[in-house]
Amino acid sequence: MRDLLSIRGAIALGLLIIITLGLVFATADIPFGDPKSNVGTYYLENGRRETGAANLVTSVVASYRALDTLGEVAVLFIAATGLSAILAAGTKRIDRKLEEASLVLATGCRLFFPLILLFGVYLFLHGHLTPGGGFQGGAVIGSAFLLIYLGCRRRKVSNTKTDTIESMSGLSFVLIGLIGLMIGGSFFLSNFLPKGEFYSLFSAGILPLLYIAIGLKVGSEFAGIIDNMMEET
Amino acid sequence: MNFLSSYIYYIGAFGLIFIGLFIILVKHNLIKIIIGLNLLDTGVNLFLISVGYLHQGTAPIFGKGSQVTPASMVDPVPQALVLTAIVIGASILALALSLGIRLYDHYGTLDLTEVRGQKW
Repeated sequence: MRDLLSIRGAIALGLLIIITLGLVFATADIPFGDPKSNVGTYYLENGRRETGAANLVTSVVASYRALDTLGEVAVLFIAATGLSAILAAGTKRIDRKLEEASLVLATGCRLFFPLILLFGVYLFLHGHLTPGGGFQGGAVIGSAFLLIYLGCRRRKVSNTKTDTIESMSGLSFVLIGLIGLMIGGSFFLSNFLPKGEFYSLFSAGILPLLYIAIGLKVGSEFAGIIDNMMEET
Repeated sequence: MNFLSSYIYYIGAFGLIFIGLFIILVKHNLIKIIIGLNLLDTGVNLFLISVGYLHQGTAPIFGKGSQVTPASMVDPVPQALVLTAIVIGASILALALSLGIRLYDHYGTLDLTEVRGQKW
């Protein structure tokens, strides 16, 4: 309430009301819950035949718009690099005392860590068949490392290992694309492997391979981010 | 009532965007501004998802033996967009927090009016 009465609050509120009115008038013409865009309809009708993936979101992320996904992975990499550069620039605090976690927390995190890792790997391995995929599986793997850092304070993740996994998976994403450019056709990331039987694990050509690369990259990047932030605080 | 039931997702999304922008413009504490940034991000994601919504639509995933046709599925394009946007939002949040850590190291405060030397 104090914020609303200040000069800054009044100006901000007036500005935001204007912006909101503009947005309301702009979106009033968009029908809610009605048939979709032409692009979406095309993907829904032809995605199954053209990519062989049962999950059509996967066919958009890893096949039709895989080049954009490469760009998004690059954005993620730049954010993680920037974070470690910013945190490495300052002075390190050495005089921090670690408080031991209680027995219940330490045992629980040791018990759940492999299970969460397994679930993350399942999510990106089956990304072309069931809900899930590389980004979600990578985020789940990152949460497993967060649990280890919170529960078992003495354990650490090797920085060189996460960096190696991250760069190798990023490199394999580009390599798969380049192989597709050589063999599969005249465009980057074309699906050069056989589509296989629908609904089976080994299907949809290069989509599972791309999702494995994305999952490992996102997971190791999140582990690196958590490691950097825990070092600092 | 009909208006509310058909536009409730837009109202929620714009509400989140409004709250996030208001926090960014008004608050002085950097942590609160980062929280506002995250609320804004969530609101935009919710808006994109609700654009692809379809009445009685299902997830765009084929299942073995299920009778779902492409005509009754929701639009997969906004979902694919938001999927990556959430992960990028999380890493941007971490980047902003690391900038906050360095700012606190240098100035000893998170209050941006003190950092900039402003009066209000």
